[in-house]
Amino acid sequence: MTRFVVRRLALAALVVLGVVVLTFVVARVVPGDPAATWAGPRARPEQIEKAREELGLDRPIPVQIAEYVGGIASGDWGVSLRTRRPVLDDIGRRAPASIELVTFATLLALAVGIPLGLVAARWKGKIPDVGSRLVAVVGVSMPSFWLAIVLQLVFFQWLHLLPVAGTYDPNLDYTSPLHSITNMPIVDALLTGNWAVFGSSLQHIILPAIVIAAYPAGVITRMVRASVLDTIGEDHVRMVRALGFPERSVFGRFALRHAWSPVVALLALVFAYALVNTFLVEAIFNRPGLGSYAADAIGALDTPAILGVTLFVAVVYVIGNLLVDIVQAVIDPRIRVS
Amino acid sequence: MSRVPSYPDVESREEVLAPPGRLRSVPGVIRRNPLVAVGAAMCLAIFLVAVLAPLIATYPEDAGSAVHPLQTLEPPSAQHYFGTDQVGRDVFSRVVYGARISPVIAVLVLAISVLIGVPLGIAAGYFGGWIDEVISRVTDVFLAFPALLLALAFAAVMKPSITNTVIAISVTWWPWYTRIVRGQAASVTGRPFVESAKATGIPHRTILLRHILPNSITPIIVQVSLDVGGVILTASALSFLGLGAQDPTPDWGLMVSQGQAFFTTQWWLVTFPGAAIFLTAAAFNLLGDGLRDVLDPRRVLTTR
Amino acid sequence: MTGTMTGAKLSLQDLRIAFGPRRVVDLDRLELATGEILGLAGESGSGKSITALAVLGLASTLGARVEGSVRLDDEELVGAAESRLREIRGSRISMIFQSPVSSLDPLLQVGELFERTLRLHGVRKREASERASNAFREVLLSVDLLQRYPHELSGGQAQRIAIAMALALRSEVLLADEPTSALDVTVQAEILDLLRRVREERGMSVLFISHDLAVIAELCDRVAVMQLGRIVEEGPTARVLGEPEDEYTKRLVAAVPKIGVRA
Repeated sequence: MTRFVVRRLALAALVVLGVVVLTFVVARVVPGDPAATWAGPRARPEQIEKAREELGLDRPIPVQIAEYVGGIASGDWGVSLRTRRPVLDDIGRRAPASIELVTFATLLALAVGIPLGLVAARWKGKIPDVGSRLVAVVGVSMPSFWLAIVLQLVFFQWLHLLPVAGTYDPNLDYTSPLHSITNMPIVDALLTGNWAVFGSSLQHIILPAIVIAAYPAGVITRMVRASVLDTIGEDHVRMVRALGFPERSVFGRFALRHAWSPVVALLALVFAYALVNTFLVEAIFNRPGLGSYAADAIGALDTPAILGVTLFVAVVYVIGNLLVDIVQAVIDPRIRVS
Repeated sequence: MSRVPSYPDVESREEVLAPPGRLRSVPGVIRRNPLVAVGAAMCLAIFLVAVLAPLIATYPEDAGSAVHPLQTLEPPSAQHYFGTDQVGRDVFSRVVYGARISPVIAVLVLAISVLIGVPLGIAAGYFGGWIDEVISRVTDVFLAFPALLLALAFAAVMKPSITNTVIAISVTWWPWYTRIVRGQAASVTGRPFVESAKATGIPHRTILLRHILPNSITPIIVQVSLDVGGVILTASALSFLGLGAQDPTPDWGLMVSQGQAFFTTQWWLVTFPGAAIFLTAAAFNLLGDGLRDVLDPRRVLTTR
Repeated sequence: MTGTMTGAKLSLQDLRIAFGPRRVVDLDRLELATGEILGLAGESGSGKSITALAVLGLASTLGARVEGSVRLDDEELVGAAESRLREIRGSRISMIFQSPVSSLDPLLQVGELFERTLRLHGVRKREASERASNAFREVLLSVDLLQRYPHELSGGQAQRIAIAMALALRSEVLLADEPTSALDVTVQAEILDLLRRVREERGMSVLFISHDLAVIAELCDRVAVMQLGRIVEEGPTARVLGEPEDEYTKRLVAAVPKIGVRA
C-alpha cells in the first residue's frame, strides 16, 4: 500500500511541474506587454523599460522559466497588477471561503445525486428512471451564471424567501461581529459559537450552493445509475439474490457499495469544476472569495493573478486526484494489487 | 431431430448480426429512452432556427448594430415577443440570430480538437515507446486543468473575440481525444493480426488507415456528440465574462451579462438568452446520450 | 459432522418458462427425491440453468415468465409470495454457480458475507460465527479464509465456501449449476467428493447440472437428459448412460471422449 502511495505521489509531482511550465507558456503567449500594463497607461518609454527590467522580462526564456519555477516553489507567485500584493497572499486570504462553498455544494450534489441514481437504477425504464434522468440532463445542461440569476429572481425578487447576495447579513457585523480564524464564515461561526452569523451564513449559502451543485449532481446521478446497473448484472449479485436478500438490500446495500468507487473518482473532477464555477457565481452573489478575485483579475487583465489562480486550481485538482486514487484503493481491495 | 441453435433475447436482425455490445437497433433505443427523441427534435429545431433566422426574426437588423433609443427596456409584448434590451433592440430577434453562433463555435472547436487530438492519440497508441511517453505526459499536463479553467486562462491573455474563444477552447479540449484514441489504438495494436501484419512488412500507413483508424471512430463519434453541450456551456461562460464575442454580436452569453445589471426589474433581458443556452445544451446532451446508447451501451469506450 | 440431517423433496411438474414469445423450457415432470443426487444433463441452451433459477423464483428477474408447479416437499413455490420465497432461498434451497470466485462480492470479506446472510435468516450473531466455523471445517477449509477477499481465493476454495454457506444455513436442497466446469480436474474431483460426503452425512438433496457426462456418471444416482427445454430421457445413471434409449442421449454418450479409445 505504501508503494502505491509513493508512486502516485511521484507522478503527481511530475504533473504539477508540467502544470507550472504550462502556465508560464500561457503567460508568454500574451500579445501585449505586461511591462506596459504594470507601468500604467500614461507611462513614458523609459518607465516601461524600467518596469521590464523589474519584472525580469529582458532575460532569455530558459532563464525566465527556471526563475519562474523556482519562484513558484519558494512561494513567489508574482505580484498582482491590480492589488499590488503578492498573488499567493491574495489567494491565501480569498480561497478558504470558496473552498467552504464548494465543499457545501459537493456534499449537496452527493446528497441529491446518489439517491436519485439509485432510484433510477432500481426502477429502470419506469417513471422514476425517466424522471431522474431528466433531472440529471437539466443539471448538466444548465449554464451556472444563468441559473444563479434566475434563482435570485425567483427566491428573492418574487418569493422573498432567501437573501439575494452576500455571505451573511451585514448588520451582524455590528451586533454580533464574527471572529475570523480560518477565513471560512460558517466554520468560524461554529468554532466561536456565533449562532447569529451561523444561521445567517447558512441562509446565504443555499442559493450559491444549489447553483454550483447542479452540474455535479447531474453527473453523479448518471454515474451511480450506470454503475449500479452494471453491477446488478454480475454473478455476485445473482448469488446475493439466491441467498434470499430482498431487492432493496440488493440495490441499497450490495450494489451501491460498488458505485462508490466511480463516484469517488468523480469527486476530484467535481470539486475542481465547482471551484472554477465560483469564478462565475461569486460575483453574481457578491461573495468575496477566490472566484470573485479571479473574475476581477480577468476583467482587469491582471495576468499574474489570473495565472496564479489557474495554477492554484490545477494543483488542487492534481492533489484531489491523488487523494481520490488513495481512497479508491482503500474502498476496493483489488486496486491495491495493481 | 436436428439441433436448433438458440439465440439470446434479440429485438432485431441487426442485433444478431452485429458484434455484441457494438450496435443496437435505433427504434429500440428510442422506445427505451423517449428523451432521446425529444433531444433529436430539439436539435433539429435549433438547426432550422439558425438556418432560417432571417425569416423567423421579427427585426433582423436588431441582431446587428441597430439601436432604437426610444424603445429601450420594454417588456415582452405582441410586437417584441421577448421585449427589448437596454439600447432598444428586439431580444427575440437577437436570440434567434444567436442560434447561429453557439453551435458553430462548438462545431469548430470539436473539429479542431479531433484534427489535433486523434492523430496524436493514434501515434501514441500505435508506435508506443518514447513517442507514447512524450505525448501521454503532455496530455496529462493539459488534463490536469479543468477544461473551463485553462480555456479561461488562454482567453484572458488574448484579445476577446469569437475566434480567440474557439482557439482557447480547442487548446484545452483536444487532450481528451488523444487519451481516448490512444487507449483504443493501443488495444487494437496489441492484437495478433496487427503484429503479423507488421511482421510481414506491411507499411505503417496501410495498417493505420485500414485497421487502427476505423476501430477508433466509434468512441470519437460518441465523445463528440457528448461534448457539444459542454463546449456550448464553456463558450457561453467565456462570453459572459467578456472574453468572447463583443457587442453588437448577438451571443447569448454576452446578452446575459449585459442584462445582468437590470435583472431585478427587466427580467426578460437575462431569462430568454440564458434559456436558449440551456435548451441548446440540453438538446445536444440528450442526443449524445442516445447516440451513446446505440453505439456504446456498455460504456466501455468513453472516459467521461 | 455435527450437522443435523436435512433433506427435502423437490417436484417439478408441467413447468413452462418463456421469454416473451419464445418458450425455453417445457418440462412435464422432474423429481428430486430426498437425499438423492440427480444429474441434469444437456448442452448449452437446453434450459438447465434457467430451470434451476425458476425453482428459486429468480427467473423473473431475467425477464422470464414461469408457469406450472414447483413443490418443495408439500409447499408450492410458483406464485408464492416474494417474502416467502426469500425465506426459502438460502435457508431451505441453496444454489452454487459455475464461476465461484466471481459469485462472491469482491468488496466483502468472506466472513462478512457469511455473517450478513446468517443474520438475514434469523441466526443470532454468536451462533452465526459458530455455524460459519463449523461449516468451514466440514468442507475442510481453514477458518483463516473467513478474513480473505474473494480475489485472494482459488476456484476450488471459493466453491467450497459456497457449499459451506449452504451447510451453515442448513439448506435441504442444493442446486449446483455447473459447479466444476471452470475448475481444474484435480480440484473438480475434490469438489465431487465433498458433494458426496454432504449427501451421505447430511442427507442433502442435490440437483447437479452439467454438460459433462463423465462427471455425472461419477457422481449422480439418477440422471435426466434435457434437450431444448424438454426432458428426453430419465433414469438410473448407469442405465441411461450405459444403454441409452433416446436418439439424442445416444449421440451425447457417443460424443464423450474415452481415455484409451481412439475414434
